[in-house]
Amino acid sequence: MSQNPVFDRITQEIQDNPVVLYMKGTPIFPQCGFSAAVVQVLSHLGVKFKGVDILTDPPLRDGIKQFSNWPTIPQLYVKGEFVGGCDIVREMFETGELQQMLTEKGVATASA
Amino acid sequence: MQVRRAMEDKLRAAFAPIRLDIVDDSHRHAGHGGARPEGETHFTVEIVSAAFAGQNRVTRQRAVYAALAQELETRVHALALTTLTPEEDAARR
Repeated sequence: MSQNPVFDRITQEIQDNPVVLYMKGTPIFPQCGFSAAVVQVLSHLGVKFKGVDILTDPPLRDGIKQFSNWPTIPQLYVKGEFVGGCDIVREMFETGELQQMLTEKGVATASA
Repeated sequence: MQVRRAMEDKLRAAFAPIRLDIVDDSHRHAGHGGARPEGETHFTVEIVSAAFAGQNRVTRQRAVYAALAQELETRVHALALTTLTPEEDAARR
């Protein structure tokens, strides 16, 4: 089971917030092009999300990679489920799957 | 070219792709986080393989990350990935 104390925090965070983006920097000032791209997609869709800056939190930076079994940042969670990183979010946005998934999960979007 | 070559060998061994494009974007990230003067830190990879059939995107990318775990840990800072089955690739053309 999870022995990394960060795992409990992540579990709580993705339960308490419908949409969570683990990213480099903040939604206002992303520190990485890939994080910025996901922020842009979510903002374009009018999705409210919690941005979590992993750069200011080294234990979280390592912990989220183990938690998700995913070696890169950004990472998007919707309703507690791992959606993917930048490539997946972009692809799903382009095909309309992202909008559909958000709607199915009951997350409000502006363009719906 | 060493990193690129190692990645190519590993991806070919793991997925027997019918198409594999590896583009080194490192020059576009010079001076950014994770960049190195000697380059080979940022790549875009497009891989078309029948091995991805029946897998969702997360499963596919995890498989690619696993194949390149050593490179990702030691050298490669960013990997933009497109993973397609031959059918999906054909449909995009």
